[in-house]
Amino acid sequence: MTVGLFIPCYIDQFYPNAAIATLKLLQKLGVKVSYPLQQTCCGQPMANSGFEHLTTGCNELFIDNFAAFDYIVSPSGSCVLHIKDHLHSDGQAEKASCIRKKVYELTEFLTDILKVEKLTARFPHKVGMHQSCHGQRGLMMSQMTELVAPPFSKPRQLLNMVKDLELVELSRPDECCGFGGTFCVAEEAVSVKMGKDRVADHLHHGAQYITAADMSCLMHMEGLLRRQNSQVKVLHIAEILNAEEV
Amino acid sequence: MSSRAQILARVKENQPTLTNLPADLTGMVQYPDPVAMFGSVLDGIGGMMYRVKDYEELISLVKTQFAGLERIISTIPELEELTEKDWQDLPPHSYEDVDVAIIKAHFGVAENAALWVTESLMGQRVIPFICQQLVIVVHKKDILSNMQEAYQQISNAHYGFGTFIAGPSKTADIEQSLVLGAHGPKNMTVFVLA
Amino acid sequence: MIKGNKDHAALADIFNQDEARVDWHDETLWFVRAKRDKAANTLSEWEALRENAAQIKDNVLSNLHDYLSEFESNAQKNGLIVHWAADAAAHNQIVLSILKAKEISKMVKSKSMLTEECHLNEYLHQNGVEVIDTDLGERIVQLAEEPPSHIVLPCIHKKKEEIGELFHEHLGTPKGASDPKLLTAAARIHLREKFLTRRAAITGVNFAIAETGEFVVCTNEGNADMGAHLSEVHIACMGIEKIIPKRANLSVFLRLLARSATGQPITTYSSHFRTPRKGQEMHLILVDNGRTQQLGRADFRNSLKCIRCGACMNTCPVYRRSGGHSYHTAIAGPIGAILAPNLNMKQYADLPFASTLCGSCTNVCPVKINIHEQLYKWRQVIVKEGYADPKKTMAMKAMEFTLSHPSVYRNAGKTGRWLMKNMPFLVNNKLNAWYTQRDMPAVPQQSFSEWYKKNNNE
Ligand code: SF4
Repeated sequence: MTVGLFIPCYIDQFYPNAAIATLKLLQKLGVKVSYPLQQTCCGQPMANSGFEHLTTGCNELFIDNFAAFDYIVSPSGSCVLHIKDHLHSDGQAEKASCIRKKVYELTEFLTDILKVEKLTARFPHKVGMHQSCHGQRGLMMSQMTELVAPPFSKPRQLLNMVKDLELVELSRPDECCGFGGTFCVAEEAVSVKMGKDRVADHLHHGAQYITAADMSCLMHMEGLLRRQNSQVKVLHIAEILNAEEV
Repeated sequence: MSSRAQILARVKENQPTLTNLPADLTGMVQYPDPVAMFGSVLDGIGGMMYRVKDYEELISLVKTQFAGLERIISTIPELEELTEKDWQDLPPHSYEDVDVAIIKAHFGVAENAALWVTESLMGQRVIPFICQQLVIVVHKKDILSNMQEAYQQISNAHYGFGTFIAGPSKTADIEQSLVLGAHGPKNMTVFVLA
Repeated sequence: MIKGNKDHAALADIFNQDEARVDWHDETLWFVRAKRDKAANTLSEWEALRENAAQIKDNVLSNLHDYLSEFESNAQKNGLIVHWAADAAAHNQIVLSILKAKEISKMVKSKSMLTEECHLNEYLHQNGVEVIDTDLGERIVQLAEEPPSHIVLPCIHKKKEEIGELFHEHLGTPKGASDPKLLTAAARIHLREKFLTRRAAITGVNFAIAETGEFVVCTNEGNADMGAHLSEVHIACMGIEKIIPKRANLSVFLRLLARSATGQPITTYSSHFRTPRKGQEMHLILVDNGRTQQLGRADFRNSLKCIRCGACMNTCPVYRRSGGHSYHTAIAGPIGAILAPNLNMKQYADLPFASTLCGSCTNVCPVKINIHEQLYKWRQVIVKEGYADPKKTMAMKAMEFTLSHPSVYRNAGKTGRWLMKNMPFLVNNKLNAWYTQRDMPAVPQQSFSEWYKKNNNE
C-alpha cells in the first residue's frame, strides 16, 4: 500500500508539527508514506469564495502529484472534503474521479482502512474535541446532533485509545467555530463571536487542550485563546494520537 | 397572455423531468396505550384529559368544572340540559361571549394530542376558536396512534371546513415564554368516553 | 426599516456591538433548536419522514403544471375565486381590487411570509387601507415599525421590556410592565376588537391540496381562524410551490412542520379550508414572483421545497449571532440566502457568503433541502455574473497563480512569509480583520517541506 501525504499549505508553513505527527503516526502503523514536494493547495480557498473556475491549475497539479498513490491521506477534513466533492479535470477526468474516491482524512483512514484498534500514545490531560463541520457533516466522521440516528465518532474512537486522556463533554458538541475560510475576515464580527463561544464551551468544561481533525478551526481558536492570554493550547489530533509516553 | 397562462407556461417550461410520488411509509409509531399517550401529550401542550364512563359522569364533571359560567353551548344532544338552546344560527360575532363550547371530535391522535373536528360538529366554524374555554368529547376507541392513521380515517370525506385542534390557543412570541389563550380558548378539556 | 446599502457583514457588525444581547439571542434560538431535537427524537421514523417529504416535494416540482391546474379547478368547484399573480405588484393589486369592490378599508391579516415578500402592508397603507397583523409577534414588530426578523418567531429579536414599552405606548399597559402573560392578555383584548369589527381577513397558506382544492393554514394562536371565520371576505395568498398532491400527504408534512419549527408535536390548529362559509366570499391568490425562474435553475430549484419551518435559522450559528435583520430581506437565514439572489442577484450578492458552509441547516431541514451546497453554488454564480468585489477577484487571481506554480510558491519567500501576506482565507481587502481580535499563528523555524527534505530522505 502506498500513501501520498497531502499537507495543506498553511499546515506546511505554520503547523509543521501536525504534519510531522501525521507522517510518523502513519509510519508507526506500518504504512509507506511519501510526500510529493511539488504540492501546494487543494484550491478550496478560491472555490469557497466563488472562484471555483480559477482552480484548474490547482486541480491539475493535485492530480499530477497524487494520481499514482493507492491512497491519499491528509490531516485536514476540510481539504479532503473539497477534493472529494470538487476535484475535476477535463483532460484527466478518469484520474480525478479516481482520486476523489481514494482521498481520506487521517482519522477516517485510521479507523476505516487501517482499522486501528490500539495505539501506544499516552496523553494525561483533559481534552476537548472540536468537531470540524466539513469533516463531521461533509465526510461524516461522526454522527451529527441534528439527525435521529445512532451516535458514533471516528476521532473519539481513536482518542479513547490514548492512555490517560480524559475527554470533556461539551454543551454544544458540534457547533461550528466560525472559521469558514474567507468568512473569518469577510464576516469578522460573527466569526470571532462564534469562535469565542466555541472556546468558552471548552474552557467551561475544563479542557486543557482543544483538539480537532482540522487545523484551520484550531488556528482560529488558537488566535482567540492567545489573545485572551489563556493557558489552554490547541493540538492537532495527530499530535495526540502520536504522543510519546512521558 | 393572461397571468394564469403565462405562469402555467413558464412552469411547464421550467419544471424538471417527472419523478414519482414515493410509496406510503410503513411501520409508523404505535403506542400500546394510545389514550394514555394522548393524555400525556395533551398535558404537555397545556390541555387536560379526563376519562369518563358515560355522559352522566361527563355532565356532572362539566357542572362542577364550569360552575357559575353563563354561556355554555354545545352541539351534543346528550348535553342539552346544560346548554343554551337554539344558538346555532346566529351571526358568528355573537358568540364572542361564549364561556364554554362543548363539541365532539371524530377522533384524536395520540402522537400529538390533536383532535379532528369538522364543520358539522362545530355548529359554526368560529365556535372552537372564539369561545373562552373549549371542551371536546371523543370516544376511547377513536384515539389513533399517528397521523398516517388519521388521514386514512379522514380519507376522502367531504367537509367545508375541518381542523385538527391540539390544546388551547397559545403563543410564545414574547421571549419564548409560553402563554395560553392568545386569541382563542384559554384552556382545553378533553373527555374520553369509555 | 431602511438598511441603506449595508451588507450582511456590516449589519452583523452593528448587531455584535452589544455582546450580551448577542448571547441572549443565540441562547433563545438555541433553546428552540434543542426543543426541535427533542421532538424529532420522539419519532424513530424521523429520517424516513424527511426523506418521504423530500420525495413528495420532488414530485410536486416535477409535475407542478398539472397540479396547479388540478388545484385550481377543484378550488373553483368548491366555490373559491382563484387569481393568478405574476409578481408582487400584481398580487398587491389583486388584494386591493377585492377590497375596493367591497368598499373595505380596514382588515386583519394572519401570518403570511408571502405578503411580507410582496410588501403588501406598505402598499395597502399607501392606498388607504389599514392592515392589522394579528399574529402576536407580527403585531409587535408592526407596532415597532420593523419587519419580522424570523419567519416563525417574528419578534425573537425583541426583549420583553422593549415589548412592554411598545404596549405601554400603543395599548396602554402600565409603564414598566413586561410580564409576557400580562402583555399577551392586553394583546388579546386589543386584537379581539379588531377581529370582531373587520370585514376582511388575509391568511397565508401552508399547504394546498391538488386532489381536493382545499388549503391548510397552521397557527398556534388561532388568529388565522378568528380572522377567516368572522370575515365576509377571506383572501388566502400562496406561492405556487405550496401545492401538494394529496390530502394524505399532509400526514407527513404535519408531522414534520411543528416539530421542526418549535418542537411542538403539531401546531394548535391545522385548519383545512375547502369551501367558503355560507354568505362568505373566499379568494385564493396564486403567486409566482420569481418562483418559475427558480424552478428553471436546476441547482437551486430545491429551495422551492421549503415549508417555512424556520429550523434552518434556529440552528444557524451565523443567524443566531447576526439577527434576522442583517439579511435585509423578508426571509432571513440560510433559506433566505438561497432564495433572495434569485430575485435580485446584485442586491443580495452578499447573502450566500454569510455562512461558514457548516451544513447544519441541511441536516435539520425537514424536506432535506441541500441548503449549504446551494450557498456554495450561488457563490460561483454570483462571482461569474460579475457581482464580486474587483479587489477580491485580483487577489484570487494572484493566489491562483502562485498556488498552481510550485516553484513560485516555494520561492515566494522564507517560511510563512508568503502565507502571512496571502493566507488564502485572508485574501480580502480587509487584511487586518484577522488580527483585530485574534493573534496570528507563530511562524515556526522551518516548514514541514523543509523538515521533510532534511529528515525523510531515506
Ligand atoms: S429551508 Fe428547510 S429548514 Fe429552512 S425554513 Fe425551509 S423547510 Fe425549514
